Amino acid sequence: MTPLLLRDIRLATRAGGSAALALGFFAAVATLVPLGVGADLKLLARVAAGVLWVAAVLAALLSLDRLFQSDFEDGSLDLLALSPLSLETIAATKIAAHWLTTGLPLTLLSPLLGMMFGLPPQAIGVLTVSLLIGTPAVSSLGAIGAALTLSVRRGGLILPLLVLPLIAPAVIFGAGAVQAVLDGLSNGAMLLLAAFALAATLLSPFAAAAAVRLNLAG
Amino acid sequence: MDLSLNVDGLTGIRGQRVLFRGLSFRAGAGQVLSLEGPNGVGKTSLLRMIAGFLAPAAGTISLGGAQDAEGRGRLVGWLGHHDAAKPQLSPREVLAFYAGLYRIAGDIDAALDAVGLRAIADLPCQYLSAGQKKRLALARLKLLRRPVWLLDEPLAALDAAGKALAAEFLSAHAKDGGIAIAATHEPLGIACEKLQLGSPG
Repeated sequence: MTPLLLRDIRLATRAGGSAALALGFFAAVATLVPLGVGADLKLLARVAAGVLWVAAVLAALLSLDRLFQSDFEDGSLDLLALSPLSLETIAATKIAAHWLTTGLPLTLLSPLLGMMFGLPPQAIGVLTVSLLIGTPAVSSLGAIGAALTLSVRRGGLILPLLVLPLIAPAVIFGAGAVQAVLDGLSNGAMLLLAAFALAATLLSPFAAAAAVRLNLAG
Repeated sequence: MDLSLNVDGLTGIRGQRVLFRGLSFRAGAGQVLSLEGPNGVGKTSLLRMIAGFLAPAAGTISLGGAQDAEGRGRLVGWLGHHDAAKPQLSPREVLAFYAGLYRIAGDIDAALDAVGLRAIADLPCQYLSAGQKKRLALARLKLLRRPVWLLDEPLAALDAAGKALAAEFLSAHAKDGGIAIAATHEPLGIACEKLQLGSPG
C-alpha cells in the first residue's frame, strides 16, 4: 500500500494538484467571512469555530470528487483492482493520502486563522485538536460519496449533497467543543467527535470499496 | 499450477441486451486467442468478465483453477482501452509505481528500453502521444509478469514498429507458457487462434 500512498500524495502535491487548492480555498473562505460579518471581534470569536469547520469541510470536499474518478477515467482503477491489494485496502490508502494532503494541512493552518478570528489561545487549541480528530472522518465519509459518484459526469456536484448530511455530526461536535470552551463549560463534544471519527474511519473503506466494485462492473 | 482458461456456457447481458449466450471455449498455456467481431458485440465485456470486473448472467469462468473473481484477477495482466498514464507522472514513475504496487522487482530501464521510451523516460505523460502511451502500457504489461494477458485493442494507435513490438511481446509471452486473449480488429501478426463473437448482420 505504500506505493499507492506515495503516488497519491505525489499527484496531490504536484503542480495542479488538489492539496494547494484545498488550502487556498480554506484560507480564502476564512478570510472572506470577517469581511462580510464586519470587524466585531467578539462576534467573530463566537462564529469562528463554526465558520472554520464548515470551510474545512468544503475545502476537503473540493478535492474529494476526484479521489477515485480520475483513476477510473484513465483506466488506472482497473489496474489497481487487479493488484495484490484488496479494494478495501486501496480505499483506505486513498483516504489516508487524501487526509495527509488536505485534512492535515488544513488543521495545521487553522491556529493562524483562529487567531485572525480573535479566538483565545485555549479555544484555538481545542479547535485544532477537533480538526485533527474530525478531518479523517470527513475524508472517509467523503470517499464513500466519491466512490458512489465516480462514474457520474460532474459527480462533484452530487457528492456534497450525498456526503454533507453524513458529515454534519462532525461539524456539530467539532464546533460544539470549541463553543464549550468559550462558554467556560465542559461538554462531551470532543469525545463524541472522537467516537464518530473512529467509527467513520473504520467503516468507510468497506462501503467505498463496495461502491467501487459496483462501478467497475458498470 | 495448471494454467488454463475454461469458459463454460457464458451468457453476457449489458443494459438488458444479450451480447452472447452459451459461449464456451478454452485456452491453455502458451496459447494466444484473437477475439474478433464487429463493434458492440461484447468483446470488451467478455474480457472484463474474465478479469472479474463483470459478473456473467450465466455460466462459469475458471482460470488456473480459480473460479472467483478475486482469484482470477490476481492472475490477470490487463491492457485496457485507456492507458492509465497519469499526465503528471513520467513513464519511469508510472512503471516504478506499478512494479511496487504489484510487488515486482523489475528492471524499469530495461522495460522502457524494450518499447523505445528510454529517451523520454522522465517527461510527464501529458506530453506523450497516444501511440507512446500504448507503448508504455505494453511495457507495464510485460513488467508485471502476470500469466494471463487480457488486451483490449492492443494495436490501436501504434505505428508499424509498435505493432511488431506488440506481436513480439505476445509471442514471447506465449513461449513462456502464458495465455493471451486480445480483442482486436486487425491481425495480431502472430500465429493465433481466432475466437469470433457474434454473427455479422
